[in-house]
Formats: sequence, C-alpha cells, structure tokens
Amino acid sequence: MTTDSSTNGPNNKDKTLGDALRSQGVSRRSFLKFCAATASMMALSPAMIPKIAEALEKARKPSVIWLSFQECTGCTESLTRSHAPTIENLIFDSISLDYHHTLQAAAGHGAEAARIAAMEENYGNYLLVVDGSIPLDNPGYSTIAGISNYDMLMEAAKGAAAIIAVGTCATYGGIPHANPNPTGAVSVGDLIKDKPIVNVPGCPPIPVVITGVLTHFLTFGTLPELDHIGRPMAFYGQSIHDRCYRRPFYDKGLFAETFDDEGARKGWCLYKLGCKGPTTYNACATTKWNNGTSFPIESGHPCLGCSEPDFWDGGGFYKSISIPTQDITKTVVYTAAGAVAAGVVIGALNKAKKSKMASSHKKMTIDDLGK
Amino acid sequence: MSEIEFLSWIRGPGFQIATVILVAGVVIRVMEILLLGRKANLAEAKGSEMSSGLRTIVTRSIPDSSTFKRSTFTIVAGYIFHIGLFVTILFYAPHILLIKDIIGFGWPSMPTQIVDALTVVSIIALLAILAHRFTNKVLRYLTNTEDLLVWFVTIAPLVTGYMAFHRIGMTASTMLGIHILSVELLMVMLPFTKLMHAFTLFIARWYNGAISGYRGVQS
Repeated sequence: MTTDSSTNGPNNKDKTLGDALRSQGVSRRSFLKFCAATASMMALSPAMIPKIAEALEKARKPSVIWLSFQECTGCTESLTRSHAPTIENLIFDSISLDYHHTLQAAAGHGAEAARIAAMEENYGNYLLVVDGSIPLDNPGYSTIAGISNYDMLMEAAKGAAAIIAVGTCATYGGIPHANPNPTGAVSVGDLIKDKPIVNVPGCPPIPVVITGVLTHFLTFGTLPELDHIGRPMAFYGQSIHDRCYRRPFYDKGLFAETFDDEGARKGWCLYKLGCKGPTTYNACATTKWNNGTSFPIESGHPCLGCSEPDFWDGGGFYKSISIPTQDITKTVVYTAAGAVAAGVVIGALNKAKKSKMASSHKKMTIDDLGK
Repeated sequence: MSEIEFLSWIRGPGFQIATVILVAGVVIRVMEILLLGRKANLAEAKGSEMSSGLRTIVTRSIPDSSTFKRSTFTIVAGYIFHIGLFVTILFYAPHILLIKDIIGFGWPSMPTQIVDALTVVSIIALLAILAHRFTNKVLRYLTNTEDLLVWFVTIAPLVTGYMAFHRIGMTASTMLGIHILSVELLMVMLPFTKLMHAFTLFIARWYNGAISGYRGVQS
C-alpha cells in the first residue's frame, strides 16, 4: 500500500496508472487480461476492453479518502486479504489512498493532517469511501480524533466527487442498525442527498465488486448503472437463487432437511435450512470468494442475505423465507378454542331466536285469507 | 418501510391477523349451520343416513352427463383451476414448509416445472371463466360484486405467486411480500363470501345424501 506519506509525494501522484503498473512489473498481457475480466464482469461489450485499457493507462491516480465509522473492519479485511496478491491489489496500490486509519502508516494528528491535506488539495475531485454506519443518538458513541462520525462524514462529503458506501453498515445501517438500534445508526445515504453515492453492500462485500466500481469510475468518469437501492446493476442485478449452482435441486424438489443428512452431503438445495438466496441480490454465486474458490452455499451454509437492507432482522437465518415469523400453531389452537366457545353462544342465540319466532307464529285460517 | 420490514410484517403480524380471522370465521360459521339443526323427521327411516351421506360427498365430485352437456365449459374450466390450486397450494416446496411449520409434518414436493405449468394453466382457466361470465347473458345478469371480488382474491395469489417465483416486475422480497399479502386477503375473505364453499361443500353434499338415504332412494 502506498499509504506511507513518504511515497505519496507529488512525483508519485503525477504518475499515471499505466506508469505505476509498469513500475511494479505488471506485464501488458496481464493488464489487458484484467481489463477483459472487468469488462465481462460488468457485462460490457468486448469492444470496450481497449477503451478500459486506454482509460486506465492514462488515469491519474485519484485521491481516495476512506472513512471507517461503526464497523468491524471486515470490509477492509475482505478487500486487502482475500484476493492478494492479484492485479486487483495492484490497482488498489495505484490509487492514492490518502486516508484509511487501518491501513495508513501515519497515526494520531499526522493521520488527520493527511486527511485534511488530501481534501484541500483534491477538493471536488476525490473519491470518498465509507464503511460503517453513523450513530445519531449520541455523537460520543463513535468518534475519530475527537470528531464525531457525523461531522467527519459531512465535512469530507462536501468536497467529494462521489461516495462509495462499502459494506451493509455504510449502505443500509447494517448490524448497528439492527433492532433495537441502540446507537441510532443510519447509513451514508440517509444523511447525504446531494452527492452521487454507490452502495456496495455485503457483510463484507466482494472485493472485485469494489475494484469493479472503481475501474468503472476511472474508465468512464461516471458511476455505474444502479438499482433502486443504489447498488451497481452489474453485480447486484441477479439474485443468488437464480445463479446458484444448487438451483436444479430446488426445481426438482431435492432439499437438505438438516445440516448432516443425506441431502446435505449430496449438496442439495439449502432452502429449507433458511437460505435467503431467493431474496438476495449479489454476485457471490458468480464471482465467488477467496479468489474464486467458493461461496457460502458451496460450503454448505445457507445464504444469510447480507447484501440486503435489514438482513439482520429478517426473521431468523435458519428459518425459511416462506414460513411465518411467529408461532401460527398456537394462534390456530387458541383461535379455534375461542371460536368454538363463541360458536356455542351464537348457536344458542340462533336457536332461541328460531323458537321465539316459531312460538310467535300465528296460524292463518281460510277465513283470514278471505278478509 | 424497507422491503424486509414489509416482508417481516406480512410474515409476522399480518399472517397472525389473517389466521385469526380465517379460523374464527370458519369455525363459527360451520357451528352456526350445524347447531341450527333440522326438524325431526317423523317418517320411518328406510335406509342409512350416514352411509348415503358419506357416499354422496364423493360421488357428487363427478358431474352427471346431462349437467356436463349443459355446462361443459364451466365444469371443465372449474376443474382445471381447482386441480391447479390443489397442486400449487399443497405440492410446492415452500408451501409444504409453511404447512409443516403449522401442523408438524409435511410431504414430498413436486418439481417446480409442474407447479409452474399448472399455475399458468389455472390463471388461463380463471381468465376464461371471467370472460365467459361476461359473454354469457344469463351469467352476466346473475353476476354481482361479490362474484368479482371472489374471482379476484382467487386469481391474485396465483398471479403474484407466479411473479414472485420468476421475479417479474419487482424485487424478490417485495414480490414475495405481495404474494403472501394476497393469500392473507384470501384468508380474510374466505369465511364471509362464497369461498366458504371450501368447507360447507362437504356438509351440503352430506345432507343431500343423508336425506335420500333416509328415504331409501338413490342420491
């Protein structure tokens, strides 16, 4: 990482991405391979590959400021470790990551000074990446260098060209936002309305999705097409269920009933074990994790739906989505018992009414008809 | 309200409310019918009420030839969507899971392709039935608001279920929520409309058979 202030001098910053890659020994061939992979991942035409390559070659390293609020650092862990050492990391080396309090060498006042310097120098042009939610109940719940998360976000957002919210906490509030939300946690999108925001949810998000969004920004200078909750369509356009390799088992009606039965061993569908694949939009089933090794369902665990808002409060990870969240059996029994009692009373009233009408019934004779 | 909050309400309090109305409504209505009783028949019994009643519950499922000739379309289309509803409700894996959650046991599901195909066929049958209702002069004269309402709450779960399965129009969570909501609407309407026939049908058939059985004639 080029976060050490000594390597972030003006000369280094003036280097284009192409220069930076060449200086790190990345061959033209592997660079084009990366461009092709990125194009296909984002469902762009192959004709775009040279354009991506050209744009990336010429791109000046953009300044990136990464703010971490109420989070667990899982997003950073995901990004830095799981794909190392591939070209994605080099792309990341080649942006100017001017502030990231987990990764930067500077600490204390020096770190904050680097953030302020980068914000001033690149005002209006830097990319702001945020992970973690922002507590509104009490600013003291989460502070950095004595600055509340809210103040830091608002200040940094002012000069940002765009904001990338990384992880479900920054995008939708995530775990801090889970019921009863003790800190009053909100997402970046809840607070900032006047800047373009890309939501890259997931707990954590897939690393290539973050680099994909970044590449899109470097290539086109715009943000990718987003869905109705701000997620890039290229990665969040399809549900896990629709792209799951276990889908044929769902269609055939072959399910694992428990985690250790025959169905589980044979790799059948995990729907009955609470899989949220049908209601979750993410790229896990296609891009996979750990350098394309596998994804949770492939390891035998149902999808938790971590890239969806409020996934923590979705009625139980191991409860299938078609099942009511409350105890219906009890409701049926109690209601039936109450209804039987009510039925007896209503039945008795009906009978009384019937006999009353029968007794008040006046018999008519042929003479009455003649009147 | 987020999508998951919406779905959680539908799966939680919404389903509770619908269940209470369905169970209480059905139990009270059936009890009212049964407790009202019938006048004692003073004539001598010439046969068994029970056996004739039970037999008639089954035999009335097959239409007699003259009725079939007169209302072929109504009977065929009616059978198609009733069979469709039976299979989609009872043999689609997520539905079996719901039943198992409530009554404690389930059964194997059918392949989704079969359930999917029957859903489409049932939707077509129900649309044809509506068209027939408006093109046939007598049926159109007899049609009232309740008939249309009942038609709507029957076709809605099929259409929304199809859309939820194929993720058409909206996101999966919202579509699933709308599908369950349409079922809850059906549950709430059932005890107070003609849909109550799902339960009273058997009582009515039994009475018909029992009356004939008492008289010693074929039902």
